[in-house]
Amino acid sequence: MEKPRITVMVPIDANTVPSGAREVKNALSVAIGRANLSNEIKVIETGSFGPTGVGALVAIQPDGVVYCNMTVDKAQEIVEEHLLKGRVCARYMLPGRQVILPTADNVDARTLQHTGRIVLDNCGRIDPENIEEYIANDGYEALGKALTAMSPGEVITEITESELKGRGGAGFPTGQKWSFCAPVVADQKYVICNADEGEPGTFKDRLILEGDPHKIIEGMALCGYAIGATIGYVYVRGEYALSIERLEKAIAAAESHGLLGKNIFNSGFDFEIKIKIGAGAYICGEETALIESMEGKRGCPRLKPPFPAQKGFKGKPTNVNNVETLANIPAIIRNGAAWFKNFGTSSTAGTKVYTILGHINHPGLIEVPAGVTLREIIEDYGGGMKGKFHFAQLGGTAGDILGEEMMDVPMDYDLMEKVGHVLGSGAILIVNESININDFLHSCMRFFSHESCGNCNPCRNGMHAALDITKRLKSGVAYPDDINALEEVVMILHSSAFCPLGQSPAGPVTSALRYFREEIERGVNRELNKHDMPRSNRKMEAINV
Amino acid sequence: MTVSEIIKKHGNERENLLAILHQIQAGNDDNSLHKDQLQQLAEIMDIPVADIVSTASFYTMFSLKPRGKHIIRLCESPPCYIMGEENILTALENCLKIKLGETTADKMFTLETTSCLGACGVAPVMMIDDTVYGELTEEKTVAVIKSIVDKE
Ligand SMILES: Cc1cc2nc3c(=O)[nH]c(=O)nc-3n(C[C@H](O)[C@H](O)[C@H](O)COP(=O)(O)O)c2cc1C
Ligand code: SF4
Ligand code: FES
Repeated sequence: MEKPRITVMVPIDANTVPSGAREVKNALSVAIGRANLSNEIKVIETGSFGPTGVGALVAIQPDGVVYCNMTVDKAQEIVEEHLLKGRVCARYMLPGRQVILPTADNVDARTLQHTGRIVLDNCGRIDPENIEEYIANDGYEALGKALTAMSPGEVITEITESELKGRGGAGFPTGQKWSFCAPVVADQKYVICNADEGEPGTFKDRLILEGDPHKIIEGMALCGYAIGATIGYVYVRGEYALSIERLEKAIAAAESHGLLGKNIFNSGFDFEIKIKIGAGAYICGEETALIESMEGKRGCPRLKPPFPAQKGFKGKPTNVNNVETLANIPAIIRNGAAWFKNFGTSSTAGTKVYTILGHINHPGLIEVPAGVTLREIIEDYGGGMKGKFHFAQLGGTAGDILGEEMMDVPMDYDLMEKVGHVLGSGAILIVNESININDFLHSCMRFFSHESCGNCNPCRNGMHAALDITKRLKSGVAYPDDINALEEVVMILHSSAFCPLGQSPAGPVTSALRYFREEIERGVNRELNKHDMPRSNRKMEAINV
Repeated sequence: MTVSEIIKKHGNERENLLAILHQIQAGNDDNSLHKDQLQQLAEIMDIPVADIVSTASFYTMFSLKPRGKHIIRLCESPPCYIMGEENILTALENCLKIKLGETTADKMFTLETTSCLGACGVAPVMMIDDTVYGELTEEKTVAVIKSIVDKE
């Protein structure tokens, strides 16, 4: 077949499907077919371009035009005007932001200076359901290189030297984690890709899986080779239907190309990947709870040690990594650790994928060098504020709430820690003055009290006590002592809860008090007598003992 | 498929329990797991029934109570909250004439809230069965419900 003259790219992903992207794609194909142009113009399905809140998108290549808020009617018009007559429909173009557009031949994936993308380099540029396109963009080259020219130890060394840190929230050095698991002797080891992604505001892993599933497969196989595991599992949220579908197709394609299965690249290395589907519980993102859930049990965290590297899935040595972490692996092996360290700051190498959302003009998925500031994210990537800035929450609901003072602090794992905050999972929620801080805290506590797994006493009771207080603050009927009580509860939780979920409310609550104490105090009714505090607060006494 | 066929398909090991529960529930019109099915499951898989109930009740996607034909799950996590989730909840309650957690008299809809669905790019968000509806306004929400009612 002739090489198509024009490529029409339609992202089919979690954000565009609800806006009718599938219907738009069908309408385009039908209209192009009707105009007898199917040979010259190819319609392909891609992963996310990045921007959200702009409906269904369509890009026309090589013209570099991106249309937004597409409907079936508008799609037909685009075929008539743009594709047949060559007239760009300016009124439908995506206003005010750059989409890095992307075909196989206008990006040099090796240098990346062009786009600064490592994790998302293929996302939105290739057809995720076509393994050939992944391979054409250097896909599986790293696996080939590792299996034919590197020892498992050398793979681990390369990852260690790259200083890649886990992108699942805790920021633990990935090479070090692998080196714990590698020397453990066992008849079976496992690699787990953590795609449970339940942290509110975070949807990067989903878009990576939808946009470039082969990268995860390659990253997992590399990890398997490095630590000596032959079976990998992807634990995906039950709600992520499209991620599951694309992963299944990608696994099947990799198997039929001999990139998964027995004796890959004639190296004697066997590796297979299976999918496990979750059933809706935030705590199952915690690695030991995830393993419990994979074993078919309630997802309650285990006591550590033993760490999964010693005793994980079915009691065997297991390495758990986040989707984004694994997505970095192929590029590091292909290009080397030194190359990777060109990106980012001295303490956090590489890039970071963020989902930026809330009251900004251009919400979406971005990949930026580690170390950009909040102000840059809002102004340069987010297209500026909608309304006046009030606060931001970094890293999901478990993350800290930041006031305006923090706008210029470079965000990387170490620097944030120095100013007393954590970077977390990569969600950046920007909130304007229409939202009261007490309403927001109540919404955070509602999340925690719902997601507490109930296994330990401080969290089971403390979450409800904190929820009750935030509810009173929200309604302006809090007791004079309530704010102290709230601080006390979250600190007790922080020091005595069994797992990080229970310890989390301390993040948003203490940081909110640090920047917005006055506003929070407006939820207190000074006329109330503290001796009338409701019984529910006695729960706090219960956790105190 | 019967319970024993579903178990055969996935395998008898404990690790397959969630996948089995997913499939059993999907086969029931009332979107829930039935007592007799769990009993059967317990016998075939040799797991105490209390253990199965405790596992199933842990996960929000499973229900032990009968629910409507369509499950509406409105996201109530902070990113959706700040984009107007409370108004959407009120619109749903008014339109369906039920409160949160209830099922309509005709057994058509059950209204639930959920934590983040990972679709916050189009907040506020609800999922009805397997479909995500985003950028909800009160009008759009009512229109979505109407269109499902019309299809029935
Ligand atoms: C309550 C809780 C929820 C978590 N959710 C996730 C998640 O959704 N995805 C994830 O990758 N890690 C999550 N984590 C972190 C994991 O426990 C683990 O650290 C991570 O998967 C390790 O991968 P990494 O080293 O590649 O970051 C969560 C941790 C806690 C305590
Ligand atoms: S802290 Fe909360 S989530 Fe963690 S084990 Fe205890 S009850 Fe479960
Ligand atoms: S917060 Fe509602 S979908 Fe993520």
